Amino acid sequence: MAVERTQKPLTPALTEWEYAPAPEAREIVSLQERYGLFIGGEFVDPKSKEWVSTISPATEEHLAEVAYADAADVDLAVKAARAAYENGWSAMAPAERAKVIFRIARIVQERSRELAVLESLNGGKPIRESRDVDVPLAAAHFFYYAGWADKLEYAFPNRRPKPLGVAGQIIPWNFPLLMLAWKIAPALAAGNTVVLKPAETTPLTALLFADICRQAELPAGVVNIVTGDGRAGAALVQHEDVDKIAFTGSTEVGKAIQRELAGTGKKLTLELGGKAANIVFDDAALDGAIEGIVNGIYFNQGHVCCAGSRLLVQESIYEATVAKLKRRLETLRLGDPLDKNTDVGAINSKLQLDKITELVESGKDEGAEIYQPPCRLPEKGYWFAPTVFTNVAQSHRIAQEEIFGPVLSVMTFRTPEEAVEKANNTPYGLSAGVWTEKGSRILWMAERLRAGVVWANTFNRFDPASPFGGYKESGFGREGGRHGLEPYLSFEGSESWGG
Amino acid sequence: MAQAPVLPRGFELPLEPRLPRIGSVDAVALEERAATLAKRSIKKESKLQAFELAVRMMDLTTLEGADTPGKVAALCSKAVRPDPVDRSVPSVAAVCVYPNLVPTAVARLRGTSVRVASVATGFPSGHVPLESKLAEVRWVVEQGADEVDMVIDRGAFLSGRYAKVYDEVVKVKDACGEAHLKVILETGELGTYDNVRRASLLAMAAGADFIKTSTGKINPAATLPVMLCMLEAIRDVHEETGRVVGMKPAGGIRTAKQAVQHLVVLHETLGLQWLTPDLYRFGASSLLNDVLMQIRKQKTGHYQSSDYFTKD
Repeated sequence: MAVERTQKPLTPALTEWEYAPAPEAREIVSLQERYGLFIGGEFVDPKSKEWVSTISPATEEHLAEVAYADAADVDLAVKAARAAYENGWSAMAPAERAKVIFRIARIVQERSRELAVLESLNGGKPIRESRDVDVPLAAAHFFYYAGWADKLEYAFPNRRPKPLGVAGQIIPWNFPLLMLAWKIAPALAAGNTVVLKPAETTPLTALLFADICRQAELPAGVVNIVTGDGRAGAALVQHEDVDKIAFTGSTEVGKAIQRELAGTGKKLTLELGGKAANIVFDDAALDGAIEGIVNGIYFNQGHVCCAGSRLLVQESIYEATVAKLKRRLETLRLGDPLDKNTDVGAINSKLQLDKITELVESGKDEGAEIYQPPCRLPEKGYWFAPTVFTNVAQSHRIAQEEIFGPVLSVMTFRTPEEAVEKANNTPYGLSAGVWTEKGSRILWMAERLRAGVVWANTFNRFDPASPFGGYKESGFGREGGRHGLEPYLSFEGSESWGG
Repeated sequence: MAQAPVLPRGFELPLEPRLPRIGSVDAVALEERAATLAKRSIKKESKLQAFELAVRMMDLTTLEGADTPGKVAALCSKAVRPDPVDRSVPSVAAVCVYPNLVPTAVARLRGTSVRVASVATGFPSGHVPLESKLAEVRWVVEQGADEVDMVIDRGAFLSGRYAKVYDEVVKVKDACGEAHLKVILETGELGTYDNVRRASLLAMAAGADFIKTSTGKINPAATLPVMLCMLEAIRDVHEETGRVVGMKPAGGIRTAKQAVQHLVVLHETLGLQWLTPDLYRFGASSLLNDVLMQIRKQKTGHYQSSDYFTKD
């Protein structure tokens, strides 16, 4: 016998749940009106007398004036670096050198909020990423290489490692502080001094780092920072008293640098572009793979040289994968980089926005099908909605050229052989991703993919202990790990590669 | 043992390109996604909205050997009017009790919007004969329970006798009649996310109206990754068959902050459609007072001592 039952009504579903703005406080950063060049431990006015405004790409607001170095300024910086090298740094007891680098690492941690806010302000990337990825990884690189400073003999047994001298380092705008750490930490650990040129659009965290060097009591001239455009970079490459050039940036500029250095005896490492394949097999844990695809191409607005910009999906799960991906894209939150809930921030510059727009137009013209989730782009600043292209052919420009933006090209494959063939069918070779629950297939793929990094069931994961670098037009030399020390050392009786 | 009956639409063998029938879960990706969503910063009006929704979604629970009619009666009063000072705070969704206390709860909640949920099927272990389970379910429904929270037979599941698990859920669902069925997987005993996914799909295929993480007697209980894993299974069933299944995390959710994190994961996995007590419940005992305290903080700007909130 059932009792008399009337279903009690429940209260209705929410019709909307807008997250209130949750901006990280900007006040922690105190900007100066003007930043000079950091040479010999002091901020100095540039001989060039040139000052240029640096902005926030999210709002186009002016942040500060930054000096633009010319050849004379670069020359002063190299002289300061040489003097610091000769007068102590290279001869300092390795354990003492380690201490200073450890101090830098700790101060980067202590000032992490300040660095994260400034990175997002000047570069446009979401605070969530600068707070959780860029800054902690930068500190980790200094910690890691500080540990090597007094163990070089053990890293390279019987090879008598010696520092090279002055390293000229040119870094890009996509991970300003992190690329600085990748460059400076191994150079200092190996006993070199440094002249670093930050990217034109993102100089501010490097200038804050200059202050950290002073705070850590790094001897004057060991790290010099010359801001400016391509002219300063060229002057650094051409300078006669530089022993090594490390460059991260476009393949085009990388090739020009290699031509310039041919026959000079200067050592060179290049970390250039990429067009990585993210390969999803039909047995992959699909929701995890979707996260990896999203992280692979929309992390840092796709301004990542190892971005998974080509998605290769096994044809039998193509439709399910694309449907899940589109649904996931709808949840991405685009907007104020300083808002803690932002997933996709601003495009770094007008120049880059134009380049992305041009390539996306070419994709449409060539017949690929475009999908962008509904999202409101802010009126000011440089923005591009997360984009997926389906029906992409291997011959389309969007499948061949590096877009360096939040744009994914989806293609299909039928067999593992075909996946390898398509993945390798590019002039680049920086990274690749493989998604499958089958361990043997991961190893089979990793053996055949011509890429410096192959991620299995993950993407864009970095660790200071793990070497990173490219094949083919993605460059040569490795950064990170023990391998990352080698380009900053010379060895008795043998020439290391890359010069 | 009875044969598993013909499976509902959408659960036949795949004969066309589609997702793997069960599929697998990548633990690293799952935990990372849950951790990312847990860092969402929910403030001001959106926070208050979440707190009030959490109250409306609450299955206020007492499942102790020491439960008495007096204790349950007090809980029922609290369920109807959680905050006697602030009458704008809504009633909770349901009160969840042991079978013997169903009559008390039904009597106390007659004429209110608060439902009565009863655990059943040899809760919490499920190690009793099927006939006892069915008799227990029929009894609580006869006594007026609106909802039945059953446990799956983990012994059968972990030894690979999925048909037995399936069969029991189908029979319990039948015994429930009009009452809603929530199927407790006891994820803390299943060992892997792959198992959580498999058990979720099994329960939904067998007719569960809700799937529920835990009994509250085992740790870990309703962790965020486990919940995300179950929501993904619900999403896949919905996308493929159109069937809408609810979710109930239970056990270990004690703070308003955790509740908001759960709602964010729900919102960004299944969307607004699921932000209703019809499709989502919190199984909790101590959570309610923390949410009430936070609501008052949001409204007045001040924290008040726990002495200003009733302890039942």
